[in-house]
Amino acid sequence: MAQMRIRVPKTAKPGEVVEIRTLAMHPMVRGGRNDATGVVTPRRIINTFRAVYGGEEIFRMDLSQGIATNPYIAFTTVARETGDILFEWHEDGGAVFAKTVRLIVQ
Amino acid sequence: MTARRLALLALLSVLAPGPGSAADARPGKDFLSPHLRELQDDDMRNPGTLWLELGAERWIEKPPSNGKSCRDCHGEVASMKGVAARYPAVDKETGGLLNLELRIEQCRTRRQNAPAFGYESESLLALTAYVAGQSRGLPMTVAIDGPAKPHFEAGRDFYTRRQGQLNLACAQCHVGLVGKRLRGDTVSSGVGTGFPAYRMEWNGLGSLHRRFRACSFAVRATLHEPGSPEYLTLELYLAWRARGLPIETPAVRP
Repeated sequence: MAQMRIRVPKTAKPGEVVEIRTLAMHPMVRGGRNDATGVVTPRRIINTFRAVYGGEEIFRMDLSQGIATNPYIAFTTVARETGDILFEWHEDGGAVFAKTVRLIVQ
Repeated sequence: MTARRLALLALLSVLAPGPGSAADARPGKDFLSPHLRELQDDDMRNPGTLWLELGAERWIEKPPSNGKSCRDCHGEVASMKGVAARYPAVDKETGGLLNLELRIEQCRTRRQNAPAFGYESESLLALTAYVAGQSRGLPMTVAIDGPAKPHFEAGRDFYTRRQGQLNLACAQCHVGLVGKRLRGDTVSSGVGTGFPAYRMEWNGLGSLHRRFRACSFAVRATLHEPGSPEYLTLELYLAWRARGLPIETPAVRP
Protein backbone atom coordinates (compact mmCIF):
# COMPACT_ATOMS: atom_id res chain seq x y z
CA MET A 1 0.00 0.00 0.00
CA ALA A 2 1.41 3.23 -1.05
CA GLN A 3 -0.90 5.99 0.08
CA MET A 4 -3.44 6.79 2.74
CA ARG A 5 -5.48 9.98 2.84
CA ILE A 6 -7.22 11.20 5.98
CA ARG A 7 -9.37 14.24 6.45
CA VAL A 8 -10.46 15.61 9.82
CA PRO A 9 -11.92 19.10 10.37
CA LYS A 10 -9.29 21.83 10.86
CA THR A 11 -10.67 22.60 14.29
CA ALA A 12 -13.58 21.36 16.39
CA LYS A 13 -15.44 22.56 19.46
CA PRO A 14 -15.48 20.38 22.58
CA GLY A 15 -18.37 17.94 22.35
CA GLU A 16 -18.84 18.50 18.63
CA VAL A 17 -19.58 15.52 16.41
CA VAL A 18 -16.89 15.47 13.71
CA GLU A 19 -16.75 13.45 10.52
CA ILE A 20 -13.50 11.64 9.77
CA ARG A 21 -12.91 10.42 6.24
CA THR A 22 -10.19 8.06 5.03
CA LEU A 23 -9.16 6.71 1.67
CA ALA A 24 -6.50 4.03 1.30
CA MET A 25 -4.69 2.78 -1.77
CA HIS A 26 -4.93 -1.00 -1.69
CA PRO A 27 -5.60 -3.64 -4.38
CA MET A 28 -7.84 -5.74 -2.04
CA VAL A 29 -6.83 -8.98 -3.74
CA ARG A 30 -9.65 -11.41 -2.99
CA GLY A 31 -7.45 -14.43 -3.76
CA GLY A 32 -8.34 -17.75 -5.32
CA ARG A 33 -7.34 -16.72 -8.81
CA ASN A 34 -4.50 -18.26 -10.76
CA ASP A 35 -1.60 -16.02 -11.64
CA ALA A 36 0.31 -16.29 -14.94
CA THR A 37 2.22 -19.38 -13.75
CA GLY A 38 -0.89 -21.22 -12.58
CA VAL A 39 -0.28 -20.66 -8.89
CA VAL A 40 -3.34 -19.71 -6.87
CA THR A 41 -2.87 -16.25 -5.38
CA PRO A 42 -3.59 -15.98 -1.67
CA ARG A 43 -6.06 -13.46 -0.32
CA ARG A 44 -4.44 -10.10 0.46
CA ILE A 45 -6.92 -7.53 1.68
CA ILE A 46 -7.14 -4.97 4.45
CA ASN A 47 -8.91 -7.13 7.01
CA THR A 48 -9.16 -4.60 9.85
CA PHE A 49 -9.28 -0.85 10.11
CA ARG A 50 -9.12 0.91 13.46
CA ALA A 51 -8.76 4.40 14.87
CA VAL A 52 -7.39 5.30 18.30
CA TYR A 53 -8.02 8.74 19.83
CA GLY A 54 -6.60 9.72 23.22
CA GLY A 55 -5.52 6.11 23.92
CA GLU A 56 -9.03 4.79 23.32
CA GLU A 57 -10.26 2.86 20.31
CA ILE A 58 -13.03 4.96 18.77
CA PHE A 59 -13.69 2.99 15.59
CA ARG A 60 -13.02 -0.51 14.36
CA MET A 61 -14.13 -2.22 11.19
CA ASP A 62 -13.63 -5.72 9.85
CA LEU A 63 -13.40 -5.75 6.07
CA SER A 64 -14.20 -8.66 3.78
CA GLN A 65 -13.02 -9.56 0.30
CA GLY A 66 -16.30 -8.20 -1.03
CA ILE A 67 -15.03 -4.65 -0.52
CA ALA A 68 -13.61 -2.97 -3.60
CA THR A 69 -10.13 -1.71 -4.36
CA ASN A 70 -8.99 1.48 -2.57
CA PRO A 71 -11.43 1.32 0.36
CA TYR A 72 -13.02 4.58 1.52
CA ILE A 73 -14.09 4.60 5.16
CA ALA A 74 -15.86 7.48 6.90
CA PHE A 75 -17.15 7.64 10.45
CA THR A 76 -18.02 10.18 13.12
CA THR A 77 -16.71 10.73 16.62
CA VAL A 78 -17.10 13.26 19.40
CA ALA A 79 -14.26 15.78 19.72
CA ARG A 80 -13.07 15.81 23.33
CA GLU A 81 -9.64 17.39 23.53
CA THR A 82 -6.77 18.22 21.22
CA GLY A 83 -4.88 15.05 20.47
CA ASP A 84 -3.51 12.64 17.91
CA ILE A 85 -5.75 10.15 16.20
CA LEU A 86 -3.93 7.01 15.12
CA PHE A 87 -5.28 5.17 12.09
CA GLU A 88 -4.25 1.59 11.32
CA TRP A 89 -4.92 -0.57 8.30
CA HIS A 90 -4.14 -4.24 8.96
CA GLU A 91 -3.32 -6.30 5.92
CA ASP A 92 -3.51 -10.10 5.55
CA GLY A 93 -0.11 -11.49 6.46
CA GLY A 94 0.34 -9.14 9.37
CA ALA A 95 1.51 -5.90 7.75
CA VAL A 96 0.14 -2.77 9.43
CA PHE A 97 0.01 0.63 7.78
CA ALA A 98 -0.38 3.47 10.23
CA LYS A 99 -0.83 7.20 10.02
CA THR A 100 -1.44 9.83 12.69
CA VAL A 101 -3.44 13.03 12.32
CA ARG A 102 -3.89 15.72 14.97
CA LEU A 103 -7.38 16.90 15.85
CA ILE A 104 -7.39 20.40 17.33
CA VAL A 105 -10.23 21.08 19.78
CA GLN A 106 -10.74 24.64 20.92
CA MET B 1 -33.99 12.82 -52.60
CA THR B 2 -33.88 9.08 -52.07
CA ALA B 3 -33.50 7.57 -48.64
CA ARG B 4 -30.19 6.09 -49.73
CA ARG B 5 -28.80 9.45 -50.70
CA LEU B 6 -30.00 10.94 -47.44
CA ALA B 7 -28.21 8.20 -45.53
CA LEU B 8 -25.05 8.87 -47.51
CA LEU B 9 -25.24 12.57 -46.73
CA ALA B 10 -25.72 11.84 -43.05
CA LEU B 11 -22.68 9.57 -43.08
CA LEU B 12 -20.57 12.16 -44.89
CA SER B 13 -21.46 14.82 -42.39
CA VAL B 14 -20.37 12.47 -39.62
CA LEU B 15 -17.11 11.55 -41.34
CA ALA B 16 -16.05 15.10 -42.09
CA PRO B 17 -16.45 17.13 -38.93
CA GLY B 18 -15.89 20.71 -39.93
CA PRO B 19 -14.52 23.42 -37.66
CA GLY B 20 -17.94 24.05 -36.19
CA SER B 21 -18.71 20.52 -35.05
CA ALA B 22 -16.25 20.51 -32.17
CA ALA B 23 -18.32 23.11 -30.41
CA ASP B 24 -20.78 20.29 -29.83
CA ALA B 25 -18.24 18.29 -27.83
CA ARG B 26 -19.35 17.98 -24.24
CA PRO B 27 -17.17 17.40 -21.17
CA GLY B 28 -16.63 13.78 -20.14
CA LYS B 29 -18.33 14.51 -16.84
CA ASP B 30 -21.67 15.02 -18.64
CA PHE B 31 -21.81 11.34 -19.53
CA LEU B 32 -21.19 9.98 -16.04
CA SER B 33 -23.89 8.47 -13.88
CA PRO B 34 -24.90 10.78 -11.00
CA HIS B 35 -23.09 8.43 -8.65
CA LEU B 36 -19.77 8.58 -10.50
CA ARG B 37 -20.05 12.34 -10.97
CA GLU B 38 -20.42 12.69 -7.24
CA LEU B 39 -17.38 10.47 -6.74
CA GLN B 40 -15.31 12.59 -9.13
CA ASP B 41 -16.32 15.88 -7.53
CA ASP B 42 -15.63 14.81 -3.96
CA ASP B 43 -11.91 15.43 -3.41
CA MET B 44 -11.86 13.03 -0.51
CA ARG B 45 -13.64 10.12 -2.16
CA ASN B 46 -12.19 10.43 -5.67
CA PRO B 47 -9.66 7.57 -5.71
CA GLY B 48 -7.57 9.41 -8.32
CA THR B 49 -6.47 11.79 -5.58
CA LEU B 50 -4.34 8.99 -4.12
CA TRP B 51 -2.11 9.34 -7.15
CA LEU B 52 -1.89 13.09 -6.65
CA GLU B 53 -0.27 12.43 -3.29
CA LEU B 54 2.12 10.01 -4.96
CA GLY B 55 2.85 12.70 -7.56
CA ALA B 56 3.55 15.23 -4.81
CA GLU B 57 6.20 12.86 -3.45
CA ARG B 58 7.80 12.51 -6.88
CA TRP B 59 7.78 16.29 -7.35
CA ILE B 60 10.15 16.86 -4.44
CA GLU B 61 12.15 13.64 -4.80
CA LYS B 62 15.79 14.20 -5.76
CA PRO B 63 17.07 11.65 -8.28
CA PRO B 64 20.58 10.35 -7.44
CA SER B 65 21.91 11.38 -10.86
CA ASN B 66 22.19 15.14 -10.36
CA GLY B 67 20.19 15.61 -7.18
CA LYS B 68 17.74 18.11 -8.67
CA SER B 69 14.06 17.54 -8.00
CA CYS B 70 11.21 18.98 -10.09
CA ARG B 71 10.73 21.57 -7.37
CA ASP B 72 14.36 22.72 -7.49
CA CYS B 73 13.81 24.14 -11.00
CA HIS B 74 10.05 24.73 -11.22
CA GLY B 75 9.36 25.84 -7.65
CA GLU B 76 6.07 24.93 -6.06
CA VAL B 77 3.73 22.89 -8.22
CA ALA B 78 1.28 25.80 -8.47
CA SER B 79 3.63 27.16 -11.17
CA MET B 80 2.30 24.34 -13.38
CA LYS B 81 -1.18 25.86 -13.43
CA GLY B 82 -2.43 26.12 -17.00
CA VAL B 83 0.33 23.95 -18.47
CA ALA B 84 -1.87 20.93 -19.14
CA ALA B 85 -4.30 23.12 -21.11
CA ARG B 86 -1.58 23.75 -23.73
CA TYR B 87 -0.55 20.13 -24.33
CA PRO B 88 0.12 18.27 -26.61
CA ALA B 89 2.54 20.84 -28.03
CA VAL B 90 5.46 20.88 -30.44
CA ASP B 91 8.84 20.73 -28.74
CA LYS B 92 10.96 23.68 -29.89
CA GLU B 93 14.22 21.74 -29.65
CA THR B 94 13.32 18.60 -31.55
CA GLY B 95 10.27 19.67 -33.56
CA GLY B 96 8.41 16.57 -32.37
CA LEU B 97 4.98 16.53 -30.76
CA LEU B 98 4.99 15.97 -27.01
CA ASN B 99 2.15 15.39 -24.61
CA LEU B 100 2.45 16.03 -20.89
CA GLU B 101 3.71 12.52 -20.13
CA LEU B 102 6.46 12.69 -22.74
CA ARG B 103 7.42 16.23 -21.70
CA ILE B 104 7.91 15.01 -18.14
CA GLU B 105 9.91 12.03 -19.39
CA GLN B 106 12.05 14.37 -21.50
CA CYS B 107 12.65 16.62 -18.51
CA ARG B 108 13.62 13.58 -16.48
CA THR B 109 16.08 12.11 -18.95
CA ARG B 110 17.61 15.35 -20.22
CA ARG B 111 17.55 17.71 -17.28
CA GLN B 112 17.61 15.29 -14.36
CA ASN B 113 19.81 12.76 -16.19
CA ALA B 114 17.70 10.05 -14.61
CA PRO B 115 16.34 6.90 -16.25
CA ALA B 116 12.90 7.36 -17.82
CA PHE B 117 9.95 6.22 -15.71
CA GLY B 118 8.28 4.34 -18.58
CA TYR B 119 5.03 5.42 -20.20
CA GLU B 120 2.39 3.61 -18.14
CA SER B 121 4.44 3.48 -14.93
CA GLU B 122 2.86 4.45 -11.63
CA SER B 123 5.38 7.26 -11.11
CA LEU B 124 4.80 8.90 -14.49
CA LEU B 125 1.02 8.60 -14.15
CA ALA B 126 1.17 10.12 -10.69
CA LEU B 127 3.42 12.98 -11.72
CA THR B 128 1.35 13.69 -14.84
CA ALA B 129 -1.86 13.69 -12.84
CA TYR B 130 -0.26 15.94 -10.22
CA VAL B 131 0.87 18.47 -12.84
CA ALA B 132 -2.36 18.28 -14.88
CA GLY B 133 -4.44 18.49 -11.71
CA GLN B 134 -3.11 22.02 -11.16
CA SER B 135 -5.11 23.07 -14.22
CA ARG B 136 -8.35 21.50 -13.00
CA GLY B 137 -11.28 23.57 -14.25
CA LEU B 138 -9.23 25.59 -16.75
CA PRO B 139 -10.30 25.51 -20.42
CA MET B 140 -8.26 23.61 -23.02
CA THR B 141 -6.38 25.86 -25.45
CA VAL B 142 -3.96 23.94 -27.64
CA ALA B 143 -2.17 25.52 -30.60
CA ILE B 144 -2.90 23.87 -33.95
CA ASP B 145 -1.22 26.39 -36.25
CA GLY B 146 2.41 26.78 -37.31
CA PRO B 147 4.57 23.75 -36.49
CA ALA B 148 1.59 21.93 -34.95
CA LYS B 149 -0.43 22.05 -38.16
CA PRO B 150 0.85 18.83 -39.80
CA HIS B 151 0.36 16.95 -36.52
CA PHE B 152 -3.15 18.32 -36.20
CA GLU B 153 -4.01 17.25 -39.74
CA ALA B 154 -2.61 13.77 -39.13
CA GLY B 155 -4.73 13.55 -36.00
CA ARG B 156 -7.85 14.65 -37.82
CA ASP B 157 -7.12 12.08 -40.49
CA PHE B 158 -6.79 9.37 -37.85
CA TYR B 159 -10.05 10.48 -36.23
CA THR B 160 -12.09 10.40 -39.42
CA ARG B 161 -10.54 7.36 -41.10
CA ARG B 162 -12.37 4.06 -40.92
CA GLN B 163 -10.18 1.40 -39.39
CA GLY B 164 -10.13 -2.07 -37.96
CA GLN B 165 -12.16 -5.17 -38.69
CA LEU B 166 -15.34 -3.34 -37.67
CA ASN B 167 -14.45 -0.62 -40.17
CA LEU B 168 -15.32 2.25 -37.87
CA ALA B 169 -13.93 5.76 -37.60
CA CYS B 170 -13.64 7.48 -34.22
CA ALA B 171 -16.02 10.18 -35.46
CA GLN B 172 -18.81 7.74 -36.28
CA CYS B 173 -19.38 7.06 -32.59
CA HIS B 174 -17.90 10.08 -30.85
CA VAL B 175 -19.57 12.65 -33.11
CA GLY B 176 -22.45 10.73 -34.61
CA LEU B 177 -23.71 8.60 -31.73
CA VAL B 178 -22.95 10.76 -28.70
CA GLY B 179 -25.25 10.11 -25.77
CA LYS B 180 -26.45 6.76 -27.13
CA ARG B 181 -25.78 3.49 -25.37
CA LEU B 182 -23.06 1.06 -26.33
CA ARG B 183 -24.12 -1.94 -24.26
CA GLY B 184 -23.58 -0.76 -20.68
CA ASP B 185 -21.72 2.45 -21.56
CA THR B 186 -22.84 5.83 -22.76
CA VAL B 187 -21.00 6.99 -25.87
CA SER B 188 -19.24 10.23 -24.91
CA SER B 189 -17.82 13.02 -27.04
CA GLY B 190 -14.50 11.30 -26.51
CA VAL B 191 -12.50 14.26 -25.30
CA GLY B 192 -9.50 13.35 -23.18
CA THR B 193 -9.73 16.19 -20.69
CA GLY B 194 -9.98 13.95 -17.62
CA PHE B 195 -6.84 11.90 -18.13
CA PRO B 196 -4.87 10.45 -16.47
CA ALA B 197 -8.18 9.20 -15.11
CA TYR B 198 -9.31 6.65 -12.57
CA ARG B 199 -11.24 4.09 -14.53
CA MET B 200 -13.47 1.69 -12.65
CA GLU B 201 -12.70 -0.98 -15.22
CA TRP B 202 -8.97 -0.65 -14.45
CA ASN B 203 -9.34 -0.22 -10.70
CA GLY B 204 -6.63 2.37 -11.07
CA LEU B 205 -5.25 5.41 -12.81
CA GLY B 206 -4.42 5.13 -16.51
CA SER B 207 -3.26 7.33 -19.35
CA LEU B 208 -5.28 8.56 -22.31
CA HIS B 209 -3.19 6.38 -24.62
CA ARG B 210 -4.13 3.32 -22.62
CA ARG B 211 -7.74 4.35 -23.18
CA PHE B 212 -7.06 4.76 -26.90
CA ARG B 213 -5.75 1.20 -26.98
CA ALA B 214 -9.00 -0.04 -25.45
CA CYS B 215 -10.91 1.79 -28.20
CA SER B 216 -8.61 0.44 -30.94
CA PHE B 217 -9.06 -3.04 -29.51
CA ALA B 218 -12.83 -2.65 -29.47
CA VAL B 219 -12.98 -1.91 -33.20
CA ARG B 220 -10.32 -4.59 -33.80
CA ALA B 221 -7.84 -2.12 -35.26
CA THR B 222 -4.07 -1.88 -34.83
CA LEU B 223 -3.07 -1.26 -31.22
CA HIS B 224 -0.45 1.46 -31.25
CA GLU B 225 2.10 1.83 -28.50
CA PRO B 226 1.41 4.44 -25.81
CA GLY B 227 3.35 7.54 -26.84
CA SER B 228 3.32 6.54 -30.52
CA PRO B 229 2.96 9.29 -33.18
CA GLU B 230 -0.51 7.99 -34.13
CA TYR B 231 -1.90 8.42 -30.64
CA LEU B 232 -0.02 11.69 -30.05
CA THR B 233 -1.55 13.34 -33.11
CA LEU B 234 -4.95 11.96 -32.13
CA GLU B 235 -4.48 13.43 -28.66
CA LEU B 236 -3.76 16.82 -30.25
CA TYR B 237 -6.88 16.59 -32.39
CA LEU B 238 -9.00 15.65 -29.38
CA ALA B 239 -7.50 18.50 -27.35
CA TRP B 240 -8.56 20.86 -30.12
CA ARG B 241 -12.04 19.33 -30.17
CA ALA B 242 -12.12 19.94 -26.42
CA ARG B 243 -11.12 23.59 -26.71
CA GLY B 244 -12.90 25.62 -24.07
CA LEU B 245 -13.87 22.52 -22.07
CA PRO B 246 -12.55 22.27 -18.50
CA ILE B 247 -9.75 19.93 -17.47
CA GLU B 248 -11.09 17.29 -15.06
CA THR B 249 -7.90 15.44 -14.08
CA PRO B 250 -8.00 13.21 -12.11
CA ALA B 251 -11.42 12.26 -13.48
CA VAL B 252 -13.42 9.15 -12.68
CA ARG B 253 -14.55 7.10 -15.66
CA PRO B 254 -16.66 3.92 -15.79
